[in-house]
Amino acid sequence: MMAEAPQQQQQQQQQEKQEEDEQQQQQQQQQEEEQEEQPPPSPAEATEPNEGSEEPKESVQTPPTRPLLSMRSMSSVDPDDDSPNMIVYRKIEDIVTRIQDETEGVPIRTVKSFMTKIPSVVTGADIVQWLMKNLSIEDPAEAMHIGSLIAAQGYFFPISDHVLSLKDDGTFYRFQAPYFWPSNCWEPENTDYAIYLCKRTMQNKTRLELADYEAENLARLQRAFARKWEFIYMQAEAQVKIDRKKDKTERKILDSQERAFWDVHRPVPGCVNTTEMDIRKCRRMKNPHRVKKSVYGLAEEGTQSQSPIHTPSHHCRKGTKEDVEKEILFLNTQLDRHCMKMSKVAESLITYTEQYMEYDPFVTAPEPSNPWTSDDPSFWDLEASKEPSQQRVKKWGFSLEEALKDPAGQELFLKFLESEFSSENLRFWLAVQDLKRMPQQEVAQRAQDIWTEFLAEGAPSSINLDSHSYERTSQNLKDPGRYSYEDAQDHIYKLMKSDSYTRFLRSNVYQDLLMARKKPETEQGRRTSLEKFTRSVGKSLTGKRLTGLMQSS
Amino acid sequence: ELNYIHWKLQAGKCGLCSSVKACLSACGMACQGLQKGETLASLKRECDNLKKKLEEERGKLNDVELHQVAEKTEVLGALSVKTRRVLKGHGNKVLCMDWCKDRRRLVSSSQDGKVIVWDAFTLNKEHGITLPCTWVMACAYAPSGCAVACGGLDNKCSVVPLSLDKTENLAAKKKSVAMHTNYVSGCTFTNSDMQLLTCSGDGTCALWDVESGQLLQSFHGHTADVLSLDLAPSETGNTFVSGGCDKKANVWDMRSGQNIQSFESHESDINCVKYYPSGDAFASASDDATCRFYDLRADREVAVYQKDSIIFGASTVDFSLSGRLLFAGYNDYTINAWDVLKGTRVSVLFGHENRISRVRVSPDGTALCSASWDNTLRIWA
Repeated sequence: MMAEAPQQQQQQQQQEKQEEDEQQQQQQQQQEEEQEEQPPPSPAEATEPNEGSEEPKESVQTPPTRPLLSMRSMSSVDPDDDSPNMIVYRKIEDIVTRIQDETEGVPIRTVKSFMTKIPSVVTGADIVQWLMKNLSIEDPAEAMHIGSLIAAQGYFFPISDHVLSLKDDGTFYRFQAPYFWPSNCWEPENTDYAIYLCKRTMQNKTRLELADYEAENLARLQRAFARKWEFIYMQAEAQVKIDRKKDKTERKILDSQERAFWDVHRPVPGCVNTTEMDIRKCRRMKNPHRVKKSVYGLAEEGTQSQSPIHTPSHHCRKGTKEDVEKEILFLNTQLDRHCMKMSKVAESLITYTEQYMEYDPFVTAPEPSNPWTSDDPSFWDLEASKEPSQQRVKKWGFSLEEALKDPAGQELFLKFLESEFSSENLRFWLAVQDLKRMPQQEVAQRAQDIWTEFLAEGAPSSINLDSHSYERTSQNLKDPGRYSYEDAQDHIYKLMKSDSYTRFLRSNVYQDLLMARKKPETEQGRRTSLEKFTRSVGKSLTGKRLTGLMQSS
Repeated sequence: ELNYIHWKLQAGKCGLCSSVKACLSACGMACQGLQKGETLASLKRECDNLKKKLEEERGKLNDVELHQVAEKTEVLGALSVKTRRVLKGHGNKVLCMDWCKDRRRLVSSSQDGKVIVWDAFTLNKEHGITLPCTWVMACAYAPSGCAVACGGLDNKCSVVPLSLDKTENLAAKKKSVAMHTNYVSGCTFTNSDMQLLTCSGDGTCALWDVESGQLLQSFHGHTADVLSLDLAPSETGNTFVSGGCDKKANVWDMRSGQNIQSFESHESDINCVKYYPSGDAFASASDDATCRFYDLRADREVAVYQKDSIIFGASTVDFSLSGRLLFAGYNDYTINAWDVLKGTRVSVLFGHENRISRVRVSPDGTALCSASWDNTLRIWA
């Protein structure tokens, strides 16, 4: 069931090449465009100037007429990657590409505030508006919800808050750099986080002050990494040095994007950690070679501390000859199948649903009330009572199945059959249902018992089977199992359905119940007690007469 | 298990019935003699041709769309569904839940290894079971109400009898029934407490005798993890449907272990499958952000429930009692209620603060329960 190794390698190589191509394209795009997309922070060890410093240090005062952002998504998701997370990322990345488009997107601008300029921001309200228009959303609350999710995944963020959510007001948001996008398979290590928090404390800027939870995290990391703290400190210092070389505005943007990245991977306590994965999907989630573990370019140290769930996928074993042959067989059977026309199917579905809609509490309010909304369990008490409501009795007329499903219905039908001296059919059917529910050990014996009771020569409750079914069944009994009576049961069921059941529905016992008018409780109570009284009087009178008779004789 | 294999014993002839062309042998299985020396490539070609032919044939019957015929159906009034109860008590993600037949009790299981039985009406926690493994992805209430089944990362599914004695340690009485070679993703009792049906990450489903732990039947056919299954609602039926990471939904015969029908139209993992109340159709929820409706008689997909604004995967579905509404839980923390016939969305239920892992309508249809990664369950009505 394992995928062949060479193929996997090939795939990986292809993926990596694709990645390279995409990265090249991205870099080209970055060089063509201004600002927003930041070059990756340089590795700490390198002393040579990083790629970033070679880029034109464009000022981002106002968005000059720049070339139209191509509508091609900036998505870095490998188009062949169809793992569940990647599917969502691709969709989000398409949205995020469109929303930043110069003509069709939101207005991203530099805002002059107080003594500073806030580069490259857009208001929450603008984002909400855009989402409503472009995703066909009618309710702003819905747009805020999906926007908050996209933010929580790490694609845009509020510039002044660690909590990643979208507000429908003047709050400023900024878009995340593709480098930090989740589709790059980030799994940043704690050492990276430590470096990040450390360097934040080194920079004397109020806007970079650690939040309480961050300070706590830092303290915890200092304890955990006590022995290599010197190394971490040095890395942090190196990062600070590199950062200082950058343009002030660029720095603002990059800082915020970096912070937003950590808000995703080390979220505020109480916030959803969107990087959590469904363990059932983990095995094939990420190509281990694609996983990025360090923001600051730290080489992997020693043995990979990969979680045990990152095992190579065993999925979708290649079609062997046998598999294909099996499929051919299967397809031939399907071709032979007689199918119904859609128009008929649609009619059938609609009829069924419409018939049951009055019984569906989400469509028709139950009477007297839905216990969950009124906190009154009367509805349940009524359903459990020995006297079924008219509505319930009506349901028994929908199908034999419905009548048998309800214990009261089953009881009444049995009584009716007894009156016709054909109850052995239903009793047989019920016995076979029981047989199927037995523990394996008891099955054989029970199957024999059923034969004795219903089918053997001179059986006390002899049922009428056609000779073919009879033969089949007696054959099955040679090796009795829980399905030995399937044919027979099917035959008897059809018989009951076409014959006894239809008569039952026309019978007095059923019609009386069905037609019974629903009288209010008190009236009914009065009537019954009056009945009881007259009956009891009658009885005592009769009794007296009888005794009188007996005494006299 | 490989019942099909009989036929290929003789070149050009079916090994079961010696016929040389497509036929139905006495045992009820279609078979076809194959020429000697068929290569994998030519077989694949034949397979593809058959698939095309099948699509053609099915297409001929597609004379109208469901939602078109449903135009004559009255529009549903606005749903006034609200959260009526919030069940708090799990310490981690709630992964699964199941209603008891008594319409008010339910069992839930969590990532932290705990299984809780609640009276959802009173919010009373009636039983708590601690399992030695984490990620208990599957749980089910026995029809009698006297036991629950649960399983997950331990690759097993166990049955725990519920004791009236509240002080008893229920976990001690736990009995292992199902054994898979990978995680157990779903489980359900059949018509009685005596049989358990499970599905697993090992790509199979299996039917077990609870008392002895014996494997009664296994179901092979999926080519990747099976994530969900549902028993056909018929009293007389013996079938169930399963869905998995191979994007397929398969219908199985419980008696023979055979795959009767197969549906493949989703673009990603199928996370959940659930029968329509009549048993003639079923719905599925997928990571491709759509839910789909398949009819067994038409042998095809008959509706897709999707929206531009729904981009996160759908993890779970269930029908309202009449089948008019389809409740679907998504990874975007919401539950959407769809009009099954018309294909439109009727309502969005907000409230949970993380992914929805499971939604289930109560046995009498009066409420919807949702389980979520936000550690809570909610009752909606």
